[in-house]
Amino acid sequence: MTDKTFSFSRRTALKTGLAGVAAIATPTFFIRDAWADDFCNMPKGSTVTLGFNVPQTGPYADEGMDELRALQLAVKHLNGEGDGGMLKTMKPLALEGKGILGKKVAFVSGDTQTKSDAARASAKRMIEKDGALMITGGSSSGVAVAVQSLCQDAGVIFMAGLTHSNDTTGKDKRAFGFRHFFNAYMSGQALGPVLAAEYGKDRKAYHLTADYTWGWTQEESIKDATEKQGWTTVKTVRTPLGAGDFSQYITPVINSGADVLILNHYGKDMVNSLTQAVQFGLRDKTANGKKFEIVVPLFSELMAQGAGENIKGIIGTANWDWKLDNEGTKAFTKSFGAEYGAPPSQAAQTCYVQALLYADACERAGTFNPTKVIEALEGFEFDGLGNGKTLYRAADHQCFKDVLVVQGKDDPKDKYDLLSIKKIVPAKDVTYDPSIFGGELGSKDAKKC
Amino acid sequence: MKPTTKLADLILLLCFAAAVAAGPVILAPIGAGYPDLLDKFVIYGIFAVGFNILFGLTGYLSFGHAAFLGVGSYAAVWSFKLISMDLLPAVLASVVLSGLLALVIGFVSLRRSGIYFSILTLAFAQMCYNMAYSVLTPITNGETGLRVLRDDPRVLDAALGRTGFTPSLAGLEMTGWTGYYVSGAILVIAFAISIAIFRSPFGMTLRAIKSNQKRMGYTGYNTRPFLLTAFVISGMYAGLAGSLLAATDPLAGAERMQWTASGEVVLMTILGGAGTLLGPVLGTGLIKYFENIFSAYNAHQLDVTFSFLPDGVREWVVHGLGLFVGEGWALTLGLLFMGVVIFLPGGIMEGIMRLGRLKRTPIVKSLGDSPQRDVIGERAIDEMPPEDGSAPARKEAPKGETHAGEPQKPVKSSEMKAATS
Repeated sequence: MTDKTFSFSRRTALKTGLAGVAAIATPTFFIRDAWADDFCNMPKGSTVTLGFNVPQTGPYADEGMDELRALQLAVKHLNGEGDGGMLKTMKPLALEGKGILGKKVAFVSGDTQTKSDAARASAKRMIEKDGALMITGGSSSGVAVAVQSLCQDAGVIFMAGLTHSNDTTGKDKRAFGFRHFFNAYMSGQALGPVLAAEYGKDRKAYHLTADYTWGWTQEESIKDATEKQGWTTVKTVRTPLGAGDFSQYITPVINSGADVLILNHYGKDMVNSLTQAVQFGLRDKTANGKKFEIVVPLFSELMAQGAGENIKGIIGTANWDWKLDNEGTKAFTKSFGAEYGAPPSQAAQTCYVQALLYADACERAGTFNPTKVIEALEGFEFDGLGNGKTLYRAADHQCFKDVLVVQGKDDPKDKYDLLSIKKIVPAKDVTYDPSIFGGELGSKDAKKC
Repeated sequence: MKPTTKLADLILLLCFAAAVAAGPVILAPIGAGYPDLLDKFVIYGIFAVGFNILFGLTGYLSFGHAAFLGVGSYAAVWSFKLISMDLLPAVLASVVLSGLLALVIGFVSLRRSGIYFSILTLAFAQMCYNMAYSVLTPITNGETGLRVLRDDPRVLDAALGRTGFTPSLAGLEMTGWTGYYVSGAILVIAFAISIAIFRSPFGMTLRAIKSNQKRMGYTGYNTRPFLLTAFVISGMYAGLAGSLLAATDPLAGAERMQWTASGEVVLMTILGGAGTLLGPVLGTGLIKYFENIFSAYNAHQLDVTFSFLPDGVREWVVHGLGLFVGEGWALTLGLLFMGVVIFLPGGIMEGIMRLGRLKRTPIVKSLGDSPQRDVIGERAIDEMPPEDGSAPARKEAPKGETHAGEPQKPVKSSEMKAATS
């Protein structure tokens, strides 16, 4: 196995040296041009690219696909195609249906897989390769928090989609991140009094919680709100995201002494856990002399469709519902229905609104420069986007609006008419002091790519 | 020409380095020339090169390598949080920790071979994953993932008065193209070490273990220390890859340790060609390309691409192709994988060698039975005794096409010349 020893001839040495120099010089060659823009992905041509990062696989895929449909509709409306949707009802409105600042809106899409890693890779692709100026979408708070901090580092605005954790605009808030959706704290504030009125003040609750940032904060918020009403919490159990089978978690509930089961689950997880809880006969039981009840603090039409019969009578909260009686809701439901043949979910609505709000802020700022756009969004008050009067609070980039308490209908007319609105809790009852969650926004300076 | 002179290795290494350096230019036309994807190419390339040292050389199929990748990432992020944003302590911490974990897992798992070894490693990796997901949440931050925060202590940075929250190497921030070139340089070094291992007597021993472990035992070799060393080395490679992943994107999530991630590196290695030097890197590139680029195509883009077709036809084409892109990217990858395994059992490298008319297949039976085709590592194998011990004389190269499935006798190039003259 002796190898032939070889010695450097002068020619080899020269060649190697040249190759080495070329190899070392290459990076500088590629880095040089990257500093020409004023800010990251400044649009130069006649189009502006937005990045739609939604889960197309995984436990939240249904919500993700609905978000993508809504965002595509938003692009149409922004470019002046279709019937205009909520552009007709939004007040105040700077947009004219001619794209944003005269540039046509284009988009790229990606799959977050409901995983932080994949979501960040997808968002990075949009920013680095496709030149996306704004990232929106997403249907998990874990993903939203991860992508939001990425966008902060990259200097690209992130208009969060469906994320309900307190952390997104609480301890993990960022200057470049904005959330239209409500959060777990608001759910708790809205739900507590309704639950106490419906089920009494001396209930014992058992929590099953999705084991990540959203589950944690929702469990905490609901626990606080119900305990304020006199309830006691028997036990809280964490379940992995996307578990599929929840029977091992539901069996212990029966003999735990609890008389209410609170499911801090969302998407397919909630569909599975609720279905299994009903199959185990929890709702036919009596415990402590009271009828056993199940509460799902956050739910939506899409989940109600998945859970079918089991959703009847279940109480929860929602950000928005297509049956709301206002101009914006009607306009949006009509154009979404005409396009896709089904009413939009709350995930679809929040993403659609976020896209419009971003476009409108650029138009008002007169520039795509993120610093100016952030300033235009901060403290912005608007109406006509389906949720009534809404404020984008400057202190934490969270929207404040009415919260809906909804209940599964006993006799639905069709498969889209599954929830009834039990109560509309006004925005002022769910508003809180931004300092209770800590965190800081950080710098809103525009960055170069 | 003898294929494995040091000069040939040096040329291979230089070509490899040049390819890494020119990566952004070469890959730009197929839409892959942006830093994040290229980062993934080189980092998972390191992971696969390390995996190949175990699987390619010894034939021990580990189904739990993602555990080391994950531990490497967590160690790196903790180093960013506690010590410094500099890359060196992070890499050191990751490599040492994942090496230790590999020592423990390897010590237990290597008592068995074949399918039992694979299952043991898989079980260990799933244990690590589930622990990261639930019990160890204070350390790993569970599903949300471990991130670098503003108010972390960073003892060394604080002492030196350095600020900034981007991982860096001696002042070079690990973002964008800089991050790629730092990772790329590390890949080239890792690749060089891998060549050295392939050529060393140690690498030879590992191949011998793959070829016939029992005989190694009869000839007086205690094989386990060699296997354990290979296992630890490949675990350290995985840890290194994990720390670079954390450096280019400072977030460590438990999903990095899931069995799908372990399976992915196996796919990368087999797709590229197990036991070959370049194969794993090529396989990595292909899989990451599919994952990132194919998954991003949507019906809208297909519409634009096929806008030259008449409306009725275009709808059908877009509808049909839509199954294979976007959320269907895994389907395309699956078909490709089937194609490679059926027609090119030696992976992409076999395809390349067939193109280069280098149809020389050494007799090495792996635990599976795909013959290994490593043009550069071949000479070492040639010199090993044939498996049945009957020492057949070397035959001339069979003329015309040979069947891929049949193990073929190696033929010296000198003899090939003799046959043709």
